[in-house]
Amino acid sequence: MTSGLFWAGGRAEVSSTVIEVRNLCHTYMRGTPLARQALKHVTLSIAEGELVAIIGRTGSGKSTLVQHFNGLLRPDSGHVFVDGKDIWQKGVALRDIRRKVGLVFQYPEHQLFEESVASDIAFAPRNMGLSDNAVDDAVREAMRIVDLDYDEFAERSPFELSGGQKRRVAIAGVIAMRPKVLILDEPTAGMDPRGREDVLREIQALHDEHGYTVVLVSHSMEDVARFANRLVVMEDGRIAMDGRPRDVFQRRDELVEMGLGVPQITDLMAELARRGHNFPTDVITVDEASEALLPSLLAASGMAGESDSPCGGGGR
Amino acid sequence: MNFANAAVGQYMPGESLMHRLDPRTKMLVSLGIIIVLFVVSNPLAYALLAVPIVLAIAISGVPVKLVFRSLRPLTFIMVLTFVLHLFMDPGEALFSIGRITATDQGLRLGIVTVVRLTLLVLATSIVTMTTSPIAFTDGLERLLAPFARLGLPAHELAMMMTIALRFIPTLLEETDKIMKAQMARGADFESGNIAKRAKAMIPILVPLFVSAFRRADELAVAMEARCYRGGEGRTRLRELAFSGEDLAVLIVAGAYTVAVAVAL
Repeated sequence: MTSGLFWAGGRAEVSSTVIEVRNLCHTYMRGTPLARQALKHVTLSIAEGELVAIIGRTGSGKSTLVQHFNGLLRPDSGHVFVDGKDIWQKGVALRDIRRKVGLVFQYPEHQLFEESVASDIAFAPRNMGLSDNAVDDAVREAMRIVDLDYDEFAERSPFELSGGQKRRVAIAGVIAMRPKVLILDEPTAGMDPRGREDVLREIQALHDEHGYTVVLVSHSMEDVARFANRLVVMEDGRIAMDGRPRDVFQRRDELVEMGLGVPQITDLMAELARRGHNFPTDVITVDEASEALLPSLLAASGMAGESDSPCGGGGR
Repeated sequence: MNFANAAVGQYMPGESLMHRLDPRTKMLVSLGIIIVLFVVSNPLAYALLAVPIVLAIAISGVPVKLVFRSLRPLTFIMVLTFVLHLFMDPGEALFSIGRITATDQGLRLGIVTVVRLTLLVLATSIVTMTTSPIAFTDGLERLLAPFARLGLPAHELAMMMTIALRFIPTLLEETDKIMKAQMARGADFESGNIAKRAKAMIPILVPLFVSAFRRADELAVAMEARCYRGGEGRTRLRELAFSGEDLAVLIVAGAYTVAVAVAL
């Protein structure tokens, strides 16, 4: 994993910023007794090539925030810039913005409506005014990216697919616009462990292989710890933390207070350190943890080199 | 369009006398006012009938702007009926545009209709805005209970209404979400002629129906899992209580309304 190449302050130049929000405020049901301020002066910029995870509890404002990124919500005050352009200025076509910044909603399979998978995925490119050939190309490419075989699925009804397949169709429906930035709101919500794993791996591939700038909204630390290179933590409509996952997870107590916590493996390492063992505490994945722990375990068992199985060792 | 903003007539929680009153009281009084509204035709009567409505709005503490917002969806109908009355009714000519002529009687009837509709909407809105949907249907069920003996399925009606009311915000939210999801895919609901716009609704309506059916299924299962078997023998968590306040309001408002009806 690259260690926050795009995140490190010095590297991110102004020109590479794709999305920037400044002083964003948003209130739902404004002017009624039910008014609720969802965003309070949020300022954030996202650079090209980043894989950012936005984390927060339900109601912390993360979904509201990302809906500002492509102009689905209009801020009460503050500005949204995409590629340096203020999207609420006169003369800016929101459709172009939405093409550039693709947003996959939570439970995106609920938006499927067409008779066949291919025509549903074609909805967005068709709205963009592409020719039939270009639409077909876009559909095939999108299906390839989300790992759906064109010949097998193109003509099937999206309603007869499994949950995981439906979700892929829906994600392909956004990818087919060939956006520059892809935002996914809780892409693994309600999926079984295997489906989760698949979707997360695809998202990582979108970023690593296909060059997308990815914004991932989630409330699962475990999901994002592995591959996000930047973590934005939201609480009560504000940005509470922003940095590399490794650094953010160091603030464990604050995260627990927010009801978020840290990955279990980070918890484990912190506990070991607390009991006086000299292990690093900035561990965020199981692989890193075994790397850190194995030598000591093997040494302790006195069987280094004799056994392939570190757990089975011990010789008692 | 943003459905996340307050729907018309939506309940606004509060502590006022209007909120405290038994839903039956509010419904009976507003029903009485509405009936009289359509019986009388004297301008003075309308002014007198407006008094309790304005009073109720003032007591409720609900922002006046919000109450009046409920008139907005009816603007078109009001303008249409006014214009139709003005030009189609017989009577002395006031002025003419080309071959159509406005009449004095038309003007009078047009105004009467608009005033009636306005007061009707305000009277019902202030009731729904100060009554939680649960209290509202409870009240309705109790009011209809006497008719159950005549074969009216009072409980079923009330339950259907509770469910419908309960799901309005959910479905609006769902619609809002689906619209946004399709807009994120470049859908356009605002331009083009009627045929094009109607066609643009398909990507919203299909997912909306799918989810409505799914929700209905889930709800039915959830209700059966909790042994729902109709209204018979069902008890309530909160019994409606008819208080002294209710009695006072009912008597005063009732007497006032009847007096207006009889006198004018």
